[in-house]
Amino acid sequence: MKRLIPLALLAVCVPAFAAAQPIVVASKNFNESYILGEVVAQLLEREGFAVDRKLGLGGTKICYDALAVGDVDVYVEYTGTIAEAIKDLDGESTLARLADAVAPDGIEMLPPLGFNNTYAIALAPAVAASRNLRTISDLVPHGDLRVAVSHEFLERNDGWPGLTAIYGFDWTPTGIEHALAYQAIADGAIDGTDAYSTDGELSRDGLVVLADDRGFFPAYLAVPLVRAALDPRAKAVIALIGGTLTDAEMRDMNAAALGGADTATVAADYVARKGLGGGAGPRRVDADGFWSRLAGNTARHLQLVAYALVPATLVAVLLGVAIFKVAWLARGAVYLAGLLQTIPSIALLALLIPLTGIGVLPAVVALFLYALLPILRNTVTALTGIDPTLRRVALAMGLKPAQELRYVFVPLAMPSIVAGVRTAAVISIGTATLAAFIGAGGLGDPIVKGLSLNDTTLILEGAVPAALLAILTELTFEAIERLLTPGHLRAAASTS
Amino acid sequence: MNAVEFQGVGKRFDEWVFRDVDLALPNERTTALVGPSGCGKTTLLQLVNAVQRPDQGVVEVFGEPVPETGLVPFRRRFGYAVQGAGLFPHMTIADNVGLVARLEGWSPDAIRARRRELLDIVGLSEALDGRYPHQLSGGQQQRVGLCRALMLKPRMLLLDEPFAGVDPITRADLYPEFEQLRDHEEVTTLLVTHDVAEAQRLADHLVVMGGGGVVQAGPIDEVIAAPRNAFVRDLLASAL
Ligand SMILES: Nc1ncnc2c1ncn2[C@@H]1O[C@H](COP(=O)(O)OP(=O)(O)OP(=O)(O)O)[C@@H](O)[C@H]1O
Ligand SMILES: [Mg+2]
Repeated sequence: MKRLIPLALLAVCVPAFAAAQPIVVASKNFNESYILGEVVAQLLEREGFAVDRKLGLGGTKICYDALAVGDVDVYVEYTGTIAEAIKDLDGESTLARLADAVAPDGIEMLPPLGFNNTYAIALAPAVAASRNLRTISDLVPHGDLRVAVSHEFLERNDGWPGLTAIYGFDWTPTGIEHALAYQAIADGAIDGTDAYSTDGELSRDGLVVLADDRGFFPAYLAVPLVRAALDPRAKAVIALIGGTLTDAEMRDMNAAALGGADTATVAADYVARKGLGGGAGPRRVDADGFWSRLAGNTARHLQLVAYALVPATLVAVLLGVAIFKVAWLARGAVYLAGLLQTIPSIALLALLIPLTGIGVLPAVVALFLYALLPILRNTVTALTGIDPTLRRVALAMGLKPAQELRYVFVPLAMPSIVAGVRTAAVISIGTATLAAFIGAGGLGDPIVKGLSLNDTTLILEGAVPAALLAILTELTFEAIERLLTPGHLRAAASTS
Repeated sequence: MNAVEFQGVGKRFDEWVFRDVDLALPNERTTALVGPSGCGKTTLLQLVNAVQRPDQGVVEVFGEPVPETGLVPFRRRFGYAVQGAGLFPHMTIADNVGLVARLEGWSPDAIRARRRELLDIVGLSEALDGRYPHQLSGGQQQRVGLCRALMLKPRMLLLDEPFAGVDPITRADLYPEFEQLRDHEEVTTLLVTHDVAEAQRLADHLVVMGGGGVVQAGPIDEVIAAPRNAFVRDLLASAL
């Protein structure tokens, strides 16, 4: 049940050289995770392993499930996330307990990398210096400071409420969108905010991180999770990173990426500097030029859309033709297809992973399901809307059911069917950008990367071609519609 | 032999439309079927070519009961034309008229010859062959509808108010053309109409329906001269 991949699909998504069974390295879709993914990948490559990167997957559940089903061999997770989000453990979560918790999923936890990416309180350097603040305890009597924290931090038990219980704050900060907080500090609008202790902005802006002197914040140690069945030599290589990365180092790397450096380059510098791995020199990273990357992403994008759209058209049209005469069946099918449409795409993708793994297949399946509704609805509506007199005449003339369809029903419904396919195609091109969340690539890849890096150019590298593709699709379908327009409508247009 | 015989025929949807109908339509004659709206004229017509099935009794056509199976070839033995012509809007005039002949495997030459034979009678020139129905007048469309019905040389023509909805002047042109077609083809005709004048003009026999059955049937002059009851008399009078 692990893989439902038809052979044809398999042939396309597995590169020709895949016989060597590359190690699949994944990451989530934010800066730090990309960098750590690259560190792991490059280290493995320096040791002579072939690596397949599936970086920028759309979240914890997607990464973990993909690892559990064996579509991914390794990614870096955080101990707090394992305890809270993945396994929902109560009580103290020691490393040993966490390792036991993931073991039943065929997953092994390697030693922590060193840094702890947990919550922190950060202050503007001038404020911290003038009031001589170094620890969270120091902050308690300074209720006059303009501290603003994220709304989530204000609510969470491991956020402000817990902090107050332990440290005894008698004042409450205001709420702010986390994305705006660093800018607000830089502008002098606020004095402090909550942060993640390895945020690149902390070192970029020289903010002062207050020490958690009472040890309140839970540990979010970075730990590589690997498939237990992975080659032990590969595990040993990944374990080399253990204990080598401090908070400050991680923060600096994040800051470098934030400043526009390529995550692969940042990772390569780190691996080289630490002298990790025995191979020769840093790998030439991101060798693809802009145009070949664009072409690759676009081709993959079109591939995803085509693989979904062609079967969806066949299924929806055949289904519509088969059931339109039975009113309750037709209504039910359209209703069901509409229900599928209401499942948020990222949720649908996550639901599919246990069945299909990650990559092209779940993306195609999701796009397929979304494409059904517009095509099915247009087909059914057009067929049921055919003038009953024409249906009576067709019957009385002695047309067989198949002849009725071929000579009367389908040609009359064709414009509406093509319009449905057109809608489905445009929707698919938009939705396919989300496929990057599950490692299917396409034009969503630069968008997801760009979002995590706050890099507008990178976002545009995906968004602009996707928009152009949508327009091109509209134009193509206009041409197709003109070709398929029944003669009488064409004649009507030209005489009117 | 009669063209069509109804023996104790009834038809029901939610309730009985009519029951216990005994009726004979003479061969090579035109029979008009009149009656108030909703009395079951269309239903009765469709029992003849098995588009509807009776819930009671037997319908015989040219001496044989309407078959249970093989309905497609059976239906192709009848010509069928309706109010508004019912031409397929996406097909040219030539394709509309020739469709069933093509499905029957006729050669293109045979189809063309037969099509021209019929369309010439009703005065539709070859120039119109490539047009679409909406490019024709209502009267022209109805002429095409009649020719389409006759394409396969049926022995019997079933017409469901084909001249309704055509303006009176055009209708006056259509009557003689229809008569020419009918006489040229020597085809038995059942004509549903709500216009007694039209019935008198085109038909030899008259069937009056109403009240869940056939009220009176016979040679048209006899029925008009001697209505069986007030219902028939009023119906004929109101329509004249
Ligand atoms: N397919 C059907 N399902 C249910 N009821 C039907 C169906 N077809 C006809 N009827 C009913 O049967 C009755 C006779 O209908 P029919 O069409 O034969 O009448 P008609 O005499 O042709 O009327 P008109 O002069 O208005 O054409 C009507 O009451 C009609 O509602
Ligand atoms: Mg009727």
